[in-house]
Amino acid sequence: MNPFITHTGTGMPLRRSNIDTDQIIPARYVPYFSWHGHTNALFADWRDDPSFVLNLPQYQGATVLVSGADFGTGSSRESAVWALQRAGFAAVIAPRFGDIFSGNALMRGVVTATVPEDVVEFLWERIEQDPSTPITVDVQRLEVRCADITQPFALTPGARRRLLSGQDAVAETLKYADDIKAYERLRRPLLPVTHSRRPQ
Amino acid sequence: MGQTLAQKIWDAHVVRSVDEHTDILYVDMQLLHEVNTPQAFDDLRAAGRTVRRPELNLGTEDHNTPTVAIDKTIQDPAGRRQTTLMRRNCEQFGIPLHRLGDSSQGIVHVIGPELGLSRPGTTVVCCDSHTTTLGAFGALAFGIGTAQVEHVLATQTLLAQRPGNMLVTITGRLNPGVTAKDLVLALIAQIGTGGGQGHIIEYQGEALRHLSMESRMTLCNMSVEAGSKAGLIAPDDVTFDYLAACPNMLTGADWDHEVAYWRTLCSDDDAVFDRHVTIDAGSVAPQVTWGTNPAQCVSLDGRVPSPADFHDAADRIAAERALAYMDLTPGTAMRDISVDTVFIGSCTNGRIEDLRSAAEVLRDRQVDTGVHLLIVPGSARVRAQAESEGLDEVFRRAGADFRPAAGCSLCAALNEDRLRPGQRAASTSNRNFEGRQGKGSRTHLVSPAVAAATAVAGHLAQPADL
Repeated sequence: MNPFITHTGTGMPLRRSNIDTDQIIPARYVPYFSWHGHTNALFADWRDDPSFVLNLPQYQGATVLVSGADFGTGSSRESAVWALQRAGFAAVIAPRFGDIFSGNALMRGVVTATVPEDVVEFLWERIEQDPSTPITVDVQRLEVRCADITQPFALTPGARRRLLSGQDAVAETLKYADDIKAYERLRRPLLPVTHSRRPQ
Repeated sequence: MGQTLAQKIWDAHVVRSVDEHTDILYVDMQLLHEVNTPQAFDDLRAAGRTVRRPELNLGTEDHNTPTVAIDKTIQDPAGRRQTTLMRRNCEQFGIPLHRLGDSSQGIVHVIGPELGLSRPGTTVVCCDSHTTTLGAFGALAFGIGTAQVEHVLATQTLLAQRPGNMLVTITGRLNPGVTAKDLVLALIAQIGTGGGQGHIIEYQGEALRHLSMESRMTLCNMSVEAGSKAGLIAPDDVTFDYLAACPNMLTGADWDHEVAYWRTLCSDDDAVFDRHVTIDAGSVAPQVTWGTNPAQCVSLDGRVPSPADFHDAADRIAAERALAYMDLTPGTAMRDISVDTVFIGSCTNGRIEDLRSAAEVLRDRQVDTGVHLLIVPGSARVRAQAESEGLDEVFRRAGADFRPAAGCSLCAALNEDRLRPGQRAASTSNRNFEGRQGKGSRTHLVSPAVAAATAVAGHLAQPADL
């Protein structure tokens, strides 16, 4: 994962709420992500509509998606994040995110910035008036900046640390292998196992 | 100050804290399916890592698998490839796998409980949002993404932030003909798709004690549709009786020892919840969704709402969009909506109790000529049990299409079971999202009893209407 310190790019206004991951990437595309790239799957069904924002010429090249509430609800499919990445998005700004989606996105280096509804409305109006308006998502300072507004957003310290360093969570946790071993020695006996073979 | 059940389970699994918000949480059991895991194994190999505790993992094949026969080849090359990778990955790392055709194969959230792997007080994760199902056993169970699957494979732990605690008190009792599915749909309609966001929902109330494990699983299964991290029900004798009947379960002194511990697992009387919602089970009627998210739901006696009924602007716009997608006119009585497909199955309602409920309605009746009734067992064990009770014969006589192989089928629409654009289904599954059952498909979420009655009537109906 590449470090994410700050990103500035143009925005795409997605004036919808309750955007489940089945919309972000329809199920029939999901198996393809395991073994070869599929660059055109993002919002595949909504893109049938020529007026859908992803089809509009003025938003081509946008890297910050600005959405209504409850973006990324539903299925845990991490391919929703990969589809956004392959379409060039570095960050999503919304008033609320689906839990699993947000966790997936931050693990893969796509920033989910939660901001109030009125800020989303401000950003929508701005980028609809002028699609070349730059939006900055700053992980170092935990701010979204656009025109004359500066809006703070929250990340957990761990998510922020990993974004800034580009280090993956597994590498971080493996540093605590001794703690894990110590915990395992004290685990309750009689817990279920799926076969009798012990770890190497 | 007392603790909630969720806090107690969480505390018992903290390996250590890494910062003030994040704990390394030990995972007692990880369940895996073929769709969301290949990339995790690829990343594990690429980083030169291995699986820390293969015996605390279990795989199954459920999403891509055909349901028409247990020995059929998957037609879609990508789906076939995923199954091949799943077999190779599990083989390489020593993780047991229940393949299609195996007597323990089935939907991951159905076989986990059947095999007794979801026990009170444990932590269970799976690469699938409906892992919340397993909270019915008093386990802390939730869905994770692919990067987290690799994390659990490599460390048997997760990095996790402590969620909030939400209490849902269920007062009264469900009326005859009203099910856990109706209860959870009514709850989601009440609190919204974001109503449980960031929280673990614990269900309490007398009504729960009268619900079977299957019904409790339905309730916890759909907790994620309210945006919650997990659903949780404190274990009781109903839980212990279910577990006692599981294969290879503990016996004798070991069993007694565990049950004694399980009995201690409940929220303290003075535990503090961040949110509290009450729902009266006695006032819940059979539910049916009219829109494209599970909160867009009314009782079967109701009518399709008008966008003007919604005060919130976002809800109004969402309703307009949903009505256009669903091709419904405000004011239409729900019973006047005809369907061409009925699906009974999924991790929400694909267990034996659900099939019994459908069979009760279908016995000595005929499926409407304009309806395809597809019944897919949640697991090979459910299928075998249904056959031993003669339910397959009831379904066959009624003209239903009872599939021999278990899987997610028309809930995930990843295998060959898909609706065509414009088709309309009454479905016992969990999501009525746009295109969920196939591109352009329209879904009405219902209970198994309403689904079966709808198949007979040809339009949305409950058994009492027949």
